Formats: sequence, C-alpha cells, structure tokens
Amino acid sequence: MNNLFRLSVGLFRSGTGVYRLGPVSEGHASLVVARLFSSAPENNELGQLIKKDKVVVFIKGTPAQPMCGFSNAVVQILRMHGVDDYASYNVLEDQDLRQGVKDFSNWPTIPQVYFNGEFVGGCDILLQMHQNGDLVEELKKLGIHSALLDANKDEQKK
Amino acid sequence: MPVTAESIRNKLAAEMGAVHVEVEDTTTDHCSTSFKVLIVCPQFEGKPLLQRHRMVNTCLTEELKEIHAFEQKTLTPEQWEKQKSE
Repeated sequence: MNNLFRLSVGLFRSGTGVYRLGPVSEGHASLVVARLFSSAPENNELGQLIKKDKVVVFIKGTPAQPMCGFSNAVVQILRMHGVDDYASYNVLEDQDLRQGVKDFSNWPTIPQVYFNGEFVGGCDILLQMHQNGDLVEELKKLGIHSALLDANKDEQKK
Repeated sequence: MPVTAESIRNKLAAEMGAVHVEVEDTTTDHCSTSFKVLIVCPQFEGKPLLQRHRMVNTCLTEELKEIHAFEQKTLTPEQWEKQKSE
C-alpha cells in the first residue's frame, strides 16, 4: 500500500508539453471526445456519458499517456486492481468538456471518477479508497473482481 | 488578494471549526497555485469521504477559483489521533 503512495507522491508533478493523440493501446477504452459539446454541454449529454460504462474517468491525457500526476495516479490505481475496461475522456481535448464536467459534478478539479453513473470523487478519494480497502468493495459491487484479491491470495499461500 | 497557504489555513480553521489544519504549498515555482491540505474536524464524523471533501470545497469556493491544483485529506479527530500513533 505504501508503495503506491510513494509512487503517487512522486507523480504529483504538473504535466506539461504538447498533447497529441496517443494510440489506443493495452485494451483501454479511450474515447476521444472531439467536439462532443458545441457550447455549454447539456446536463443530459454528460448524464448519458457517465452511464454508458461502469467505470468512467475524466482525466488530463489518456490512460496510455496521462498528462498530469493526479490523472496518472487514477490510471495507475485502476491498473493495479486489474480494471482495464473503462471509459476515459480527455478534458484537454475539449474545453467545454473540461468545464462542463466540473459544473455537472459540482467538483472543481480533474480527474473525476464515476462508478455506475455516480460521482465517486477525485484522485485523493480514489487513493484513500484504495488504501483502506473500500475500492475493492466498490468494484465488487460493480461486478468487477479486483486483481489485488488474487494477489493477496497468492501471498497467503506462501 | 492572492491565495496563500496562510489564507487557506485561516479560512478552514475559522469556517469549519477545524481542530487542526496543515496547508502545504506544493507549487513547484511557489506562485501559490497548488496546495495540499490536511483538515481535522469533528464535523466530519459519520460523513463519507465525498461529503467531507465537498464541505471543504464549499468552504474554499473562492480560493479554488484561483488555484490550479488541490489535494486534501479529511480526518475526524479520532482518525487523526490514530494516525499519529501509527
């Protein structure tokens, strides 16, 4: 558990650089949100978006190439639990989305995590849920078996 | 008035009845735009994480408009004592 914390602390450096479309790799369902919203996004558009998949994240960058330490932490945590089939939306691609998602959830920052259409929180909350075991439980409710459960089983066998 | 670690600390202590507040300016070039906050407040008791964080967000609505990045850790006094002894 501590390793992730140290890892995420090391990752908390602001990402800079030109964003370019990275390839969709590692089986991530990375969707490029190009001009999804022409002006202020309708609440129901975002409402539908977050319900389309069990796990939905709004981050800076993509899972293959996160552009911010906090967004990267979310990607890494999901990866640790073996969650690789989720929808990821890059807010750097679309300024309307970037502001729209903040208005929608009434939450001031990115990344934002949604489970089953419900706002879970940002990076801090996901990290604490990971550390205190809540994340494994929440994933189970979604019908997702966390990879860490198998890892623990292996350790106990030794 | 620019947002500083001090102004955040004062606001949280005053408006949330926090018993302990730590604010760290995590901005890499010290332009006061990135903060890490620890808040210990009895009002967090019985509230899930998301609700606690929203309380803080509400308290710092104006400040959050100015700053670029924000991390927070919210504990009840009991959790804080436990963490200190670990």
